[in-house]
Amino acid sequence: MRHEVRFSGFGGQGIILSAVIIGRAAVMYDNKFAVQTQVYGPEARGGASMSAVIIDDEPILFPKVTVPDIYVIMSQEGFEKYGASAPEDAIMIIDSTLVHSRPVCTCIEVPATKEAREKLGRDIVANIVMLGALVAATKLVSETAIERAILDSVPKGTEKLNLGAMSRGFELVKERGQSA
Amino acid sequence: MSTIQFMQGNIACAEGALAAGCNFFGGYPITPSTEVAEHMAVKLPKQNGTFIQMEDEIASMASIIGASWTGARAMTATSGPGFSLMMENIGYAVMTETPCVIVNIQRGGPSTGQPTMAAAGDMMQCRFGSHGDYSIIALCPSSVQEMYELTVKAFNLADRFRVPVFLMADEIIGHMRERIIIPDKVEHTARRPLESGVLPFHPEKDLVPGFPGFGKGFGVHVTGLTHDERGYPCATNPKLHEQLVMRLCNKIENARKEIADYVVTNPEAETVFVTYGVPARSVEQVLHDTGSKNIGHLRLKMVWPFPEHAIAEFPNATRFIIPELNLGQIAREFDRHTRVPVIQVPKLGGDLHLPAELKKLTGVGI
Repeated sequence: MRHEVRFSGFGGQGIILSAVIIGRAAVMYDNKFAVQTQVYGPEARGGASMSAVIIDDEPILFPKVTVPDIYVIMSQEGFEKYGASAPEDAIMIIDSTLVHSRPVCTCIEVPATKEAREKLGRDIVANIVMLGALVAATKLVSETAIERAILDSVPKGTEKLNLGAMSRGFELVKERGQSA
Repeated sequence: MSTIQFMQGNIACAEGALAAGCNFFGGYPITPSTEVAEHMAVKLPKQNGTFIQMEDEIASMASIIGASWTGARAMTATSGPGFSLMMENIGYAVMTETPCVIVNIQRGGPSTGQPTMAAAGDMMQCRFGSHGDYSIIALCPSSVQEMYELTVKAFNLADRFRVPVFLMADEIIGHMRERIIIPDKVEHTARRPLESGVLPFHPEKDLVPGFPGFGKGFGVHVTGLTHDERGYPCATNPKLHEQLVMRLCNKIENARKEIADYVVTNPEAETVFVTYGVPARSVEQVLHDTGSKNIGHLRLKMVWPFPEHAIAEFPNATRFIIPELNLGQIAREFDRHTRVPVIQVPKLGGDLHLPAELKKLTGVGI
């Protein structure tokens, strides 16, 4: 089954890395197919950033996202630019610390930035909290796969912090019984 | 054991080059090709290779020509504006029969155009961009896997034919990440060495001269001027010039059928898509979604020399539909080889043809 996931937030949050990590998890550890693309413009830290990943059990032919069925939104501007048009049958995971709008589709609220700051001591891992929440809510890839892909992708010395962020993401969804 | 990776197209190109034994990269970074240079800058020095960032693309092209004459497998990578600057020395590489690989991750032009958006507007430039008559080889990948495989192939063809070989990719293929299988080892065609006692530009049967080993005692004069088999300039002899230029063209044109590289799907079809590069992916989606045997697909992995004989693979064709990320550069080339109607589907701006818009053209219901 083809899933198209769109990530949006502001430059610096790790929006592109998030898509790369989940694509890597699917391909290398779940034996699936994935294509990751991004809006590759002069986006600087602070501007709206978007990346996308397609995950499928079969080879992916058309490589671009057309109608995403899953959204991961981490900023208000990102919501307005890339999330507001989400169709009703989509699933949206929102960083409720930073996004005040809500979509018409199923919405899973994750206070990722607040959690990252207060529970983990670093805002910077908010995207990994979101990745954990995404996996827990959608089962897009297995928990083992995302863990291994995160470990492949984060700087040495930050493994514990990032795995903590991932687990917090799992918990936030499971605690609230939020799944899609 | 081959390994599965999740890799960006530009990185796959660089990895393919390294697997092929590339040991010299000279270039100047330009979006959207920069990752190729970045990866080579990290990897090459660790494998006793040389990475050099030149002052511009004119010099980059000069550097790989020089490196190639020392026996190196040499490459550069660029995009539109840099490609334009390379044209003069590409002609020099053709005239001096210097094997080299030029990667062009195409972006929107003319001029600086759209640095971050995909295009295929340089397809004619790679064929005819330098002055004078000549032939080259150009390959067009449509996946990250082919970024790897066709880069390897480019090196082998360059060495076999002593000609610049172009990897004509685009921003979408260059920047997307997808699943790739990295093989254990790759095919390696070595240059045929020049035998001692044979003149340095004396061609063998295939019209390609042996390559004089660097440091082996061959005193070779290498010039862009029309030269005789000794390599000495002889620019006022009409016959000699004609023979030389005809040989430079024919060493490629005579091999057109043998080296052709394309994929045929549904050869009995009446409606046939012809693609190269990333629009192939849109067409593959159309074929998959409709499941119609009456829609064919000719996917060119090698565009130059143009495999005109491949048209005969579709004897029932009543129309050829050619989606391109330019204003019909290859559709026009295709058109001159067939009486069957050719429908151009040009697209500019950086977006890829949507499967839905191509499906509509086939008239086949969804």
